[in-house]
Amino acid sequence: MHSFGYRANALLTFALTILAFMCAIASFSDNFSNQTPSAQIQILNINWFQEEPHGNDEVSLTLNITADLQSLFTWNTKQVFAFVAAEYKTSKNSLNQVSLWDAIIPEKEHAKFWIQISNKYPFIDKGHNLRGKDFNLTLHWHVMPKTGKMLADKIVMSGYRLPDAYR
Amino acid sequence: MSFVNRFSDSGKTPWSNQLNRAFITRPSLTLRVLSSPPPLLRLKQGWCLLSELSRRESESQKMGLVGETIDSIKSIQIRQHLTQAISLGMIVTSALIIWKALMCVTGSESPVVVVLSGSMEPGFKRGDILFLHMSKDPIRAGEIVVFNVDGRDIPIVHRVIKVHERENTGEVDVLTKGDNNYGDDRLLYAEGQQWLHRHHIMGRAVGFLPYVGWVTIIMTEKPIIKYILIGALGLLVITSKD
Repeated sequence: MHSFGYRANALLTFALTILAFMCAIASFSDNFSNQTPSAQIQILNINWFQEEPHGNDEVSLTLNITADLQSLFTWNTKQVFAFVAAEYKTSKNSLNQVSLWDAIIPEKEHAKFWIQISNKYPFIDKGHNLRGKDFNLTLHWHVMPKTGKMLADKIVMSGYRLPDAYR
Repeated sequence: MSFVNRFSDSGKTPWSNQLNRAFITRPSLTLRVLSSPPPLLRLKQGWCLLSELSRRESESQKMGLVGETIDSIKSIQIRQHLTQAISLGMIVTSALIIWKALMCVTGSESPVVVVLSGSMEPGFKRGDILFLHMSKDPIRAGEIVVFNVDGRDIPIVHRVIKVHERENTGEVDVLTKGDNNYGDDRLLYAEGQQWLHRHHIMGRAVGFLPYVGWVTIIMTEKPIIKYILIGALGLLVITSKD
C-alpha cells in the first residue's frame, strides 16, 4: 500500500485534479471583468464598384477604423481576434455577412488602434444586389483565453450606403 | 470442528483406525442434522466434510482422481479472478458511457477534438483540445467551426468569414479561413465546391484546453506507444493484489 507505484499514482491524480480545477476557476473569473469596448468606422472612399466576369457584384472600399478594445483583456486572455464585417439583406438572402478586415491583437497595448486600410478580403455579393444597398458595418471581437471558455461579441454601426451605379 | 482436529495429527495411523474414529464421531453430526440447523451452517458443515475428505485422501497417499480435482477446484479462487475481470470491464464501460453522454449533451459527433495543424495560430496551437457544441442557432461570421469536407476524413477547424443565408429555407452558404492562412479555404474544399453548407459542419468551438492533446497526437503518430501503454495498464490491473 505504500510502494513507490501507489504513491506516484496518488500524486499524479491529485496534481491533475488540482490543475483541472485551476483551469476551471481561471475561466470562471473571466465573468467578473467589466468590458467597455468602443469603436468607430468611417468609409473614406469607394475605390471601385463593378460586376465580376462570373456575374457577382464586387466593391472595394477604403476604411478608417478606430477602436479601443483594451478593457477586453484579462489575465486569462491569450489574444483578441477582431474583424469588421459588412452585413446587409437582399431579396433572396435574409442575411449576408462578409468579412472585410481582421486582425489578431496579442496584447493589451496593441488594443487601442487607428488604422486606414482598404478591405483585406473581397466584398463580393452572391448576385447583383449591391447597387444602392444600405448596410451595417459591425466590429466583432472574439476573446480567446489561455484556458477555458471563449467569448464573442460585437458593436453594430449602421448607416452606410453603397452608390447606385457601378464605377 | 473437533473431529477434523482429531485427524490432523494422524499421519501414521492406519486407515481402518481413522475410519472407526469417523464412525464414532458421526452420531454427533447426525444429531445436529436432525435438529435442522440453518442452511448456512449446513453448507459450512458440508464444506468441512469436503475438506476433511480431501485431507484424508492426500494423507492416505491414494491420490485418486477425485482428490486431485477437489484440490485444483479449491485453488482456483474463482471469486478473486472474477472480481478482477469485472472491475476491468467496468473501467472500460464507464469510459464509453462518459463519451456517449458527452456526445448527447453537446449534440455533436465528436465533442472533443485535437488541433493538428498550425493554421489557427497563435490562438490554437498544435496539441490543443477544443470542446465543441452544436445547436440549431444559425451560423454567423466569426464563429470557429469544425467541418468535414467530402472526401477528407480529418475535420478542419477554421473561422467563418462569409455567410449568405437564404430567406425562407434557412439554408446557408459559408466560407471559412484559418487565422494564420493567407487565403480562404476554397482550396481545401472538394472539387468545384465554393461554399460550405450546414451539413458539413460538426460543431462550434466553445472552449479549449492547451497542451492536453499532445497525448493523442503522440499515440496516433507512433502507434507502438499506444500498444505499450495499454499492455502495461493491463498487466498492472491483472497483477495487482486488489
